[in-house]
Amino acid sequence: MKRTFGRLARIFVSYGIKMISLLFAVTILAFVLVNLSPVDPVGQYISGLGTAVSPEQRAEIEAYWGLDDAPVDRYIGWFTELLHGNFGESAIYRRPVADIIGERFLNSLALMLCAWILAGATGFVLGCVMGMYRDRLPDKIIKKFCLFLSSVPVFWLGLVFLLIFSVRLGWFPVGFSSPVGVLREKVTLGQKLYHLILPAFTLSLTSFSGIALHTRQKLVDVLNSEYVLFARARGEGRWTILRRHGLRNILLPALTLQFASFAELFGGSVMAENVFSYPGLGSAVSAAGLQGDVPLLLGVTLVSALFVCVGNMIANLLYGVIDPQIREVGK
Amino acid sequence: MEQKKETLLEIHNLSVSFRMYDQGFEQKDLQVISDLYLTVYPGEIVAIAGSSGSGKSLLASAVLGILPDNATVGGHLHYKGQELTPKLQKKLRGTEIAFVPQSVAFLDPLMKVGPQTEGYRRPKQAEKRRALFKRLGLPEQTKRLYPFELSGGMARRVLVSTALMTDAELILADEPTPGMSLEQAVEALRMFREMADEGKAVILITHDIDLAVNFADRVAVFYAGTTVETAPSSDFKKGPDALRHPYSRALWRALPQNGFEPLPGFQPYAGSLPEGCLFAPRCPHRTKQCEKQVPPVSEIRSGEVRCYHGA
Repeated sequence: MKRTFGRLARIFVSYGIKMISLLFAVTILAFVLVNLSPVDPVGQYISGLGTAVSPEQRAEIEAYWGLDDAPVDRYIGWFTELLHGNFGESAIYRRPVADIIGERFLNSLALMLCAWILAGATGFVLGCVMGMYRDRLPDKIIKKFCLFLSSVPVFWLGLVFLLIFSVRLGWFPVGFSSPVGVLREKVTLGQKLYHLILPAFTLSLTSFSGIALHTRQKLVDVLNSEYVLFARARGEGRWTILRRHGLRNILLPALTLQFASFAELFGGSVMAENVFSYPGLGSAVSAAGLQGDVPLLLGVTLVSALFVCVGNMIANLLYGVIDPQIREVGK
Repeated sequence: MEQKKETLLEIHNLSVSFRMYDQGFEQKDLQVISDLYLTVYPGEIVAIAGSSGSGKSLLASAVLGILPDNATVGGHLHYKGQELTPKLQKKLRGTEIAFVPQSVAFLDPLMKVGPQTEGYRRPKQAEKRRALFKRLGLPEQTKRLYPFELSGGMARRVLVSTALMTDAELILADEPTPGMSLEQAVEALRMFREMADEGKAVILITHDIDLAVNFADRVAVFYAGTTVETAPSSDFKKGPDALRHPYSRALWRALPQNGFEPLPGFQPYAGSLPEGCLFAPRCPHRTKQCEKQVPPVSEIRSGEVRCYHGA
């Protein structure tokens, strides 16, 4: 037990170092990219003021903001503030970036969590069904369905669902995370969930097919293994084999894949949130990008990098905890 | 010979072929077992000897009915006089017919040895497993290990114990002894002997002719997917003159204590089998007849041989 704890602590430290260095690299890369991009924060600020600004005044603002300094100095300035927890102020929302991210991240998290669980569960079950009926009719049908879904873009699927379920049938709201015209304090959990269903469902549809197809392949490999042959020789039936050996051996890769899918999930949520006008990080980042809100854009980039990183770390840690063969090496 | 007794397992003209994709989409059948025969009586241990690729392990799969989907089985398989249909095979697997596989890869890598040995049937027979582990020299803690933590010899003993856990009438043991120490191997084979003495039967697939000869009642020699000879194991002790088939004699001469003399040439691969007798290309006694037609099985001195010149 003590040994397990020590090992976990060691893994945590090593991952912590990796994660911090990665995030540091992300800050540099993001900063360089924003500098190279045609995004014009001053122009954005000025248009936000609503008054005409002369070229001299504009130059003053630039000097005040330190835009005349060398990029390295600017980076150091930004990074130092970042270390103090100051992400800057969003140009479009006129509020601290940290507040906006905190608020929107919760919305996005609810959306992504629902989609993630839904995709993981359906993907795993359908993958098992395909594996058990490999090369037979149920497998062929589900496989085609999965391939179809994984080649359909999220935003298109979202639009179709909106048209059918919200506009035509009126089952779901057309957008937002809460009813229009209701004070934020008065929105019930039920209403929030009601607004979550369609975007979460759409988002899950795009990532479940990958999980299903991977699970299928892994199960087929397991069923072709020598230990399953031996299980058959000992009289185990198809479903006993799935229960005793199949699930045991495919659960680990499936879980890993599930946690490693955070990146896709985040990418998909940008699309889904825009289509459903859902106020999450995804819609914030596209707004920030389109309207040249540099502090918000950089903030969201960092948070999403952290998010994906944590997902991958959990996947790696799970391997060590669940798989006895890897656990043994760690001893 | 106890020829009059009822047979436990009877195999006649067994053939196994695999449907394969040749070049492109051409399908072809690859014959791996042909004209194989074997009879097993209750109370005996039959050793199957032969080099790799002679169809020994496939025979076990064919009897159990666990060949892959692309395999086609021909010929006759009878268990206690009843035809071995897929339905009967399913019923017998793990109850009346037990299989001892040849490597640790046949154990689920993520399941501990204890529950794996006890199997999926209920009620669990923990007491029986404990006794078996003790007899085979496996420490009781072994049950908490994962297969990858076992040494080669331990793995074989665990595999043997899975079969001994059942009340099987017929045990098909595929190379059960390599990796064990001599005492452990002798102990495992002694347990097989005891089972045979109780009226059960064991088919012992092996490379180790010495061990086979010492514990088995009869030896069946396989070559390129067919039986070339079955002989009482005492004939192997007597020497080449007591054996009937030129390949059996060559096998005997190739043993270290008998001159270590290798037989030139190679066993033909499935897919490029010769016409007629499969051993003819390497046989010193071959005639025109051997190359044209597969020789029939003839009975010579309480053994059987598939050879025109058997003596």
